[in-house]
Amino acid sequence: MSKIDSKIPEGSIEQKWTKYKASAALVNPSNKRNLEIIVVGSGLAGASAAASLAELGYKVKVFCYQDSARRAHSIAAQGGINAAKNYQNDGDSVYRLFYDTVKGGDYRAREGNVYRLAEVSNSIIDQCVAQGVPLAREYGGMLSNRSFGGTQVQRTFYASGQTGQQLLLGAYSALQRQIGLGTVDMFPRHEMLEVVKIDDKARGIIARDLITGKLERHFGHAVLLCTGGYGNVFYLSTNAMGCNVTAAWKAHKKGAFFANPCFTQIHPTCIPVSGDHQSKLTLMSESLRNDGRIWVPKKQGDTRKGNEIPEEERDYYLERRYQAFGNLVPRDVASRAAKERCDEGYGVGASKLAVFLDFKDAIGRFGKSQAKKLNIENPTDKQLKEFGKQVVEEKYGNLFSMYEQITDENPYEVPMRIYPAVHYTMGGLWVDYNLMTTVPGLYCLGEANFSDHGANRLGASALMQGLADGYFVIPYTIGAYLAKEIAVKPIPTTHEAFVAAENEAQAQITKFFAIKGSKSVDHFHKRLGKIMWEKCGMARNEKGLKEAIQEIRQLRDEFWKDLRVTGKADEMNPELEKASRVADFLELGELMCMDALNRSESCGGHFRLESQTEDGEALRKDDEFSYVAAWENKGNCTYEMHKEELVFDVVHPSSRSYK
Amino acid sequence: MSGNMNLTLKIWRQNSGKEEGQLITYPVKDISPDMSFLEMFDVLNEQLVSKNENPIVFDHDCREGICGMCSMVINGRAHGPKSAITTCQLHMRSFKDGDTIVVEPWRAQAFPVIKDLTVDRTAFERIQSKGGFVSVNTGTAQDANCIPIPKDDADASFNAAACIGCGACVATCKNASAMLFVAAKVSQFALLPQGRIEAAARVKNMVAQMDAEGFGSCTNTGACEVECPKGISLENIARMNREYLAANCKD
Amino acid sequence: MNNTSPNFLTSSIGKKFLMGLTGLFLIVFLIVHASINASIFFNDSGTTFNMLADFMANNFILHLIEVVLFIGIAAHVVQAAILTRQNRKARPQKYAVQNSAVSSKWYSRSMGLLGTLLLMFLILHLKNFWVPTKMAVMEGVKDHHTFTHLIDIFSNPIIVVVYLLGLVSLLYHLLHGFQSAFQTFGLNHKKYTPFIKALGFWYSVIIVLLFASMPITIFLGLIK
Repeated sequence: MSKIDSKIPEGSIEQKWTKYKASAALVNPSNKRNLEIIVVGSGLAGASAAASLAELGYKVKVFCYQDSARRAHSIAAQGGINAAKNYQNDGDSVYRLFYDTVKGGDYRAREGNVYRLAEVSNSIIDQCVAQGVPLAREYGGMLSNRSFGGTQVQRTFYASGQTGQQLLLGAYSALQRQIGLGTVDMFPRHEMLEVVKIDDKARGIIARDLITGKLERHFGHAVLLCTGGYGNVFYLSTNAMGCNVTAAWKAHKKGAFFANPCFTQIHPTCIPVSGDHQSKLTLMSESLRNDGRIWVPKKQGDTRKGNEIPEEERDYYLERRYQAFGNLVPRDVASRAAKERCDEGYGVGASKLAVFLDFKDAIGRFGKSQAKKLNIENPTDKQLKEFGKQVVEEKYGNLFSMYEQITDENPYEVPMRIYPAVHYTMGGLWVDYNLMTTVPGLYCLGEANFSDHGANRLGASALMQGLADGYFVIPYTIGAYLAKEIAVKPIPTTHEAFVAAENEAQAQITKFFAIKGSKSVDHFHKRLGKIMWEKCGMARNEKGLKEAIQEIRQLRDEFWKDLRVTGKADEMNPELEKASRVADFLELGELMCMDALNRSESCGGHFRLESQTEDGEALRKDDEFSYVAAWENKGNCTYEMHKEELVFDVVHPSSRSYK
Repeated sequence: MSGNMNLTLKIWRQNSGKEEGQLITYPVKDISPDMSFLEMFDVLNEQLVSKNENPIVFDHDCREGICGMCSMVINGRAHGPKSAITTCQLHMRSFKDGDTIVVEPWRAQAFPVIKDLTVDRTAFERIQSKGGFVSVNTGTAQDANCIPIPKDDADASFNAAACIGCGACVATCKNASAMLFVAAKVSQFALLPQGRIEAAARVKNMVAQMDAEGFGSCTNTGACEVECPKGISLENIARMNREYLAANCKD
Repeated sequence: MNNTSPNFLTSSIGKKFLMGLTGLFLIVFLIVHASINASIFFNDSGTTFNMLADFMANNFILHLIEVVLFIGIAAHVVQAAILTRQNRKARPQKYAVQNSAVSSKWYSRSMGLLGTLLLMFLILHLKNFWVPTKMAVMEGVKDHHTFTHLIDIFSNPIIVVVYLLGLVSLLYHLLHGFQSAFQTFGLNHKKYTPFIKALGFWYSVIIVLLFASMPITIFLGLIK
């Protein structure tokens, strides 16, 4: 018998969530007032959960490391959010969104969860619009949609290139409202360092006040981790500088299983690295692939500028290889194809690690239709170009100026150079249908959980999942747990479990300062990132992964012997914050490699060189690997894997083809 | 391209809000023009750590100009010499070899310094919690397309909502006024039918909190609009004034 | 949401509104003032000018308006003083380097200074003209020789220079103040604001030129 039970409700796929909601235990309003919930992280999942739970009457405490909930990295999502509204009348439905997501995730997600996600997607759009989120509209006043990778319908809602920002500000405003009403206590500039467990249940956290350095104890009847992904294990990623795995990792060490850590998403359209000084990578929204065409020169090592290479010497490799989806293939496919071309020597730019994303044709096409709209007969080429640029600017202006800002190149004239970069992590803490981890009372929402995306996430699905978890799933599922907790009085934080947890956190801090080594935190972080990117990045093999595990272990030893943390513990000290985060990344990195080594198939974002078809496409092994790998921490960086078999009753796994 | 710029930095160091601070001079060498301004700070901090000195504390997070965390006044301008970008989007190619660069924190009574270049901007949070929302509980919403909203209104609302809450408007304003920030939020909702319902109470409550936080008043110099990394327009301040007058006439 | 806000007039926007309102009132007054003064350009040895001045000095309604005018000026000044004090308090620690010229006009930032200069000028101006006239009225003199008085005063080059400097302050004060008042009232519109700004510019320039031409022409002896 497996140690893990996904608790997927019985019944047909369409009925599972409906039945669950109808039969789940409820907490009556007067009891809700006495129940305290801790929410760690204030992004889409955290802010929406905290606001919704406070609206229900629970007492909520929210923690975030930034100075405001509004700064969580959900804010950086550009492209959009999916929903099965079928406003475009193009044949969309809940089932199709469900199907696309399961298929897009390369059949490594739970059907039950994904169907629920597709079901609540529509409510998210309704909720956000009611909150005053200014989503893009058509001239008739109705909401506008665009298409994204991996789908053939237009179901993506957006707010220019700042969809994540607008949705987060919506959730943030709901949260601020509750703070104003006194139902939520907000703790900005606080970082969670430990989970407190009493009688095997999560009962609170230890958090460090990042201004004073003081460790604080906080009690909660339940704890929600909404702390985002761990992409920064690669050092360079599109994540914010502060994004980290610490909360999830500490929970993992306290008994929460970590699922599918090797499933990381490498986003195909990022601005390439420019030098060793690089501190982060910047994403160019996937929506650019709607109108931009991706190509490399047909000649290897071509050093000409993009706009100087004639049409017949260009290889539009995505359109060539994938006729049905062309430039809109899913992210994993597009990323690997770019890497393949660059590895073969067709890369462009100074580093040769880039491909072109070209808007020349789009500008021409838009120019013509705009001229027609304005009733200009026989427009000059210059006019056409001008009109085209105007349309492109209206659609993607902020992205283009961002590109120009960073690279000092004008993308209206020269094709953009792009290269894949670490963007999202599908893996995370294992949760059941209730979003509860293997620790009772400890929940995990949003990107931090191993979630609904399987081995690859489709564009515009992260925002959907974060908000689904926070607005529409946790308010129901947490009640089922808390209904049994109503008799539990708040436990004083003088309880020995709180003392012990605080001591643990304190001990680690003391240890950092005691090393007095010679190398900065960033030094170790960069080296870890390099190992991860080279050996556990877009393509992995057994030899590389085994080497990586050894190298990470060595690096970790070195870290604990030669780290230098300046300053003091009882003050604002970003070096200390970074040290604590990198210490956890150094453990997670190893587990990621172990997971990648175990999964000797290729699926979604996980590509094992040993497992590919003749023409270089990913080869999944459903007989062997149709499971979720949930890792239990056995202490001292040893792990035991538990399998959650995946059952596909509705969508039968087939080879994913975008040709 | 490797580094080829040598610069002199004068950076505000202040141990805590209770202590006095001062500008300290740091030379930096071999800076590449392709580096971002904050990456240049990373280089400097790495140097400080190697000398066992405390690195400079500054707020930053997304490093792509959207989270609103970064906040430096560079050579007397919020977010540095270029318009319409945040500090993290500023690149060293905007400077010349041999330049002296003075870096200070946002300065306002309502934004006390926490440490070095980091300030406390929770005043914005409190303003927001007084009315920067539509009072709608999760689950009560009707279908999103039930209320058609003219595209121009939706776009104008979006333009106001693009504010990232960085506080450059306050830092720039000679009066340390927060009018542009508050006006952007008031406008976002005032322009939408969903937001009209509470428009009067919203503007009054948010303005009252803004005043209580100790921000200065608006003297319409227009500096905030110029330095705003998201180009939030002064029109929003006019709209807020209008809303405020109307709300007060109603009583 | 509940409404928890205090009084309109004590709020920052309320205070600004009062500044704008009194400012606009003074702007209107300047038109009247300038038009009456312009009567010296009839160059009729002050006949028209004196007639108007007598009318002004002896009309009851105008006395009432005069009181309102002084209240307006006082309100504008007092409110400005309060706001300036609050605004200074809002930034206790100044920047070591400030590069404000890029983002705003110097005169927009210097309304307090320009206003103080104007106030000083105003006191001088009242002492020169308003006080003697009032004294005369109180002494029961019916026939004023305001024009002769005017010629007298502006024959002094120092006073002419001081007046011209005062008018420069007025010019810049108006250049900002005119359009700023409309912004404070919430009148900012893509279509109309350029018009308001242009109107403000031409108003400021014309009013100031008109006023300035008086001491200059008199000093140069063109008006007799």
